[in-house]
Amino acid sequence: MIPEQPKYKNSDEVDFVVVGSGAAGGIIAKELSENGFRVVVLEQGPYLTEADFTHNEIKVLNEDLLTNHPELQPNTFRKTPSETAKAQRALVYGRLVGGTSVHFTANFWRLHEIDFVERTKLGPISGTGFSDWPITYADLEPYYTKVEWEIGVSGLTGASPFDPPRSKPYPMPPLPAKASGVIFEQAARKLGWNPFPAPMAILSQPRPGRGACINCGFCLAFGCEVGAKSSSLASAIRMAEKTGRCEIRPNSYVHRIELDANGRAAGAVYFDAQRNVHLQKAKAVVISANGAETPRLLLLSANKQFPNGLANSSGLVGKYLMLNSGAVAVGVFDQPLNDYKGFAVSRILHDFYELDSQKVGFYGGGGIDARFDITPIGFANGGLPPGTPTWGKEFKRTLAHNFTRTMEVMSHGTSLALESNSFSLDPELKDAWGLPALRMTYKDHPDDLKLATWLNSRALELLDAAGAQKKWSFPIEEQQFAVHLLGTCRMGNDAKTSVINADHRTHDVKNLFLCDGSSLVTSGRGQPTMTIEALAFRAADRIRDLAKRGELNA
Amino acid sequence: MTVDSNRRDFFLRSCGGLTAVWLSAHWPALLSAASRAHTAAQSPAAAKLEFFTADQAKEIDAITARIIPTDETPGAREAGVVYFIDRALTTFAIGSQKTYREGLPEMQARTRETFAALDKFSAATPEQQDQILHSFDEQAAGDRRPYRTRAAGQSFFDTLRLHTIVAFLLDPDAGGDPNGVGWKVIDRERQHMFQPPFGYYDKNYPGWQPPSASDKAKS
Repeated sequence: MIPEQPKYKNSDEVDFVVVGSGAAGGIIAKELSENGFRVVVLEQGPYLTEADFTHNEIKVLNEDLLTNHPELQPNTFRKTPSETAKAQRALVYGRLVGGTSVHFTANFWRLHEIDFVERTKLGPISGTGFSDWPITYADLEPYYTKVEWEIGVSGLTGASPFDPPRSKPYPMPPLPAKASGVIFEQAARKLGWNPFPAPMAILSQPRPGRGACINCGFCLAFGCEVGAKSSSLASAIRMAEKTGRCEIRPNSYVHRIELDANGRAAGAVYFDAQRNVHLQKAKAVVISANGAETPRLLLLSANKQFPNGLANSSGLVGKYLMLNSGAVAVGVFDQPLNDYKGFAVSRILHDFYELDSQKVGFYGGGGIDARFDITPIGFANGGLPPGTPTWGKEFKRTLAHNFTRTMEVMSHGTSLALESNSFSLDPELKDAWGLPALRMTYKDHPDDLKLATWLNSRALELLDAAGAQKKWSFPIEEQQFAVHLLGTCRMGNDAKTSVINADHRTHDVKNLFLCDGSSLVTSGRGQPTMTIEALAFRAADRIRDLAKRGELNA
Repeated sequence: MTVDSNRRDFFLRSCGGLTAVWLSAHWPALLSAASRAHTAAQSPAAAKLEFFTADQAKEIDAITARIIPTDETPGAREAGVVYFIDRALTTFAIGSQKTYREGLPEMQARTRETFAALDKFSAATPEQQDQILHSFDEQAAGDRRPYRTRAAGQSFFDTLRLHTIVAFLLDPDAGGDPNGVGWKVIDRERQHMFQPPFGYYDKNYPGWQPPSASDKAKS
C-alpha cells in the first residue's frame, strides 16, 4: 500500500524538487523533509510496492518490470568517440520508486581511506582523469554509519583486518553463511587470505514495518516482498513519507530543468503518465537520476546561457564514466550447496584491495566474493560449464546435477576515469517521448582488464584450494554493458575540472545540486551504492545548512 | 550448439556474476514480448490449444521432448511444455508467432531432407530426431554441409529451445508449470522461505571465527 502523502500543486513553489527516488534521491528526500522542508520527488517509473513484486523471471528479467525498458528508452553504444554509435542495449537501471536499490545485490562495502587520496599517493596516470576526491574518508565516515543504522546494513564489526576505522559497530549481525560462503572462507584461509562475512544491505533482524530476510532465493534483479532488502523503497522513502511534507510523484519523467531570469533553477519540467507537460516550481533542485540520466538531463537542459548543457561550463558533464571492472569464475562441487537458497553473497575478502602497482605492473585493486546469484531459467542458459550441450539428455543431466552444486567467485575492481568514456545525447536515436536517447561510449583502460584478469586468477586459485570438481571462468573482455554508472558529473574543488563542488552544488548554478553515482571521482573497488548513500546523507546536511543560511535564495 | 558458442555473444557485466552473463545474452530478442498480461498463458488448465493446430502441437511436443527428454526423471512432455508455449504465443510471446509459423515447415523440410521417407518430425525415432536437431547445431557452428541453409528453421529451433527451458523452469507459483516438474528435476525446493543450514558444506559450520595462529602463519 502506498502511504498517504501531501499533494503539492505545480504552481506551489516547494522548497526542493528531487529528481529520482533511488539510492541517493530517497535519502535526500528523507533528510530534507525530516528537516522541515517541503519536498516533491519526481520519479520517472511507477510506484510499485512489495505486493507487486514477483518471482516470475519473464516479467522481471524479460519484460523489465523493475527496469528501464529498451523499447521506451533505447540507447546506443560505441567504443570510442570516433565511431558512430549503434543501437544496442548498453545499460540497465531501476525505473520505479526506489530506483536501482530495489533490485540490487545489496553488497554494502564502505570505500577505504585510500580511495579518496589515491592520486596523491600514486601520482598521475597518463591519459586518465585519475584524481583525489575533495573530501576524505573521515568526512564521509559519520554518513556511512548513518546508512548502516538508518537504512539497515548487516555485518560483523572487526572481521576484516582491512576495514577502515568506524565510529559505531554494525547495527545487526551478518546474514547466515551460505554453503558457498563456507567453502570460500575455508579455501581462502588455506591460501592465507582474510575472508569475512559480507556487509549486506539486507536485514538479518526485523525492523518496524520490515521483515528479516527469509532466504527466498530471488534476490539479485528482483524486488523483496518482505522489505528485508534495504532499498530506498523499503527504508528512506517510507521515512520521507512519514514526515507529511514529502510527496513522491511517480510516472513523472523530468526532461528539463528550467532557469529563471537570474540564472537560478526555477523547477523541473516533466511528462506525466499521459505525456502532458508540467513545470514543478521549487526553490532549489536536486538531481539524483543516476549516473546516466543525471548528465542526460543536464545536456537536455541546454539553454542560451549554457549551450553545451546546463551546469556544463567545464565540458565534463557525462564524461569520465566508470563501470568497475570484474570477472566471474564458477565452480561445481561434489555435494549439494543449495546456494539458490538465500541472498547472493555471504563471504568476501579484501586482501587485494590495494595492489602494489610496481609489483603487478598495473593500477588497481579489488574485492572477491562468494555468490550464487542466478535463478533457474538463467542458470539453464548461462550457468553450465563450457562445452555442455544446450539441449538433450546430457544437457538435462548436467543441469539437474549442477543447479544445486554450483557457486561463483566474483571479482570486483577499479576502473580508471577516461574523458573519452561517457554518456551523451545520441544525434539520431530518440526515446518514446521524442527526446534524444542516451549514447554510451566506453572502452576499458588496459589496466582495468589486467586487473580483472589478475583477480580472476586468484578466484580460480581459490576454487582449486576449495577442491572444486570442475571450474571455469568467463573471458575478460572490454565491457559493453553498464550497471554501475559512475563519475559522469564528478565532484571537485576546481570548476574547470569538475561539475559539482564538495557540497554537491553545481559550480555553475547555485541552487542546483547533483548527487548519485555521477558524483564519484574514483570508482572504488566495485560496490558503489553504500558510498552513493553516504554521499546523499552528507549532501543533505550541506544543502540543509546552505538553505538555513539563506544561501539558496537569489 | 554448445554453451561455448552461445557464450561468444556474452559480455561481462560488473553488477552480478552469472545473472549478469545471462541477462546480457539472447533472451530479450528471442522473447520479444508484447505488453499484454500473460497470466492467462500460465493458468493450470492446459488442455485446449489456442495457437497450434493439433498436428502442429504434436510436432512441437516431439521437439520439446528431445530438448528436455524423459529418462529416469520427467522431461518437457510431463511438464506440459507444449501447452505453455501454445498460450505464450497468444500472450507474452506473441512476437514469436512468425518464428513458429515460418520455422516449423523448415524443420519438417529438414526432416525430409535427412530421412526421405519421413514427412513429420514426430514420425521419426528419437535417435533420428536428435540427428535432425543436431543438423541445426552444425549449421550454427558454420558447417552447412550437407544441408540447405534454413534460417527460419534455425531461428525457430533456437527460440523453441529457450521457450522449452522457460516453460520447464519458470517458478511454478509465479506462472510456471503448476506441478513444478522442472523444479523437482533440478532439486529446487518449491517453497520460498528457507533456514540455514542450506546445503552440505554449511551443515556443521560453527560461525565466523577470527583466524587461528596457524592460519596467520600462512599469510
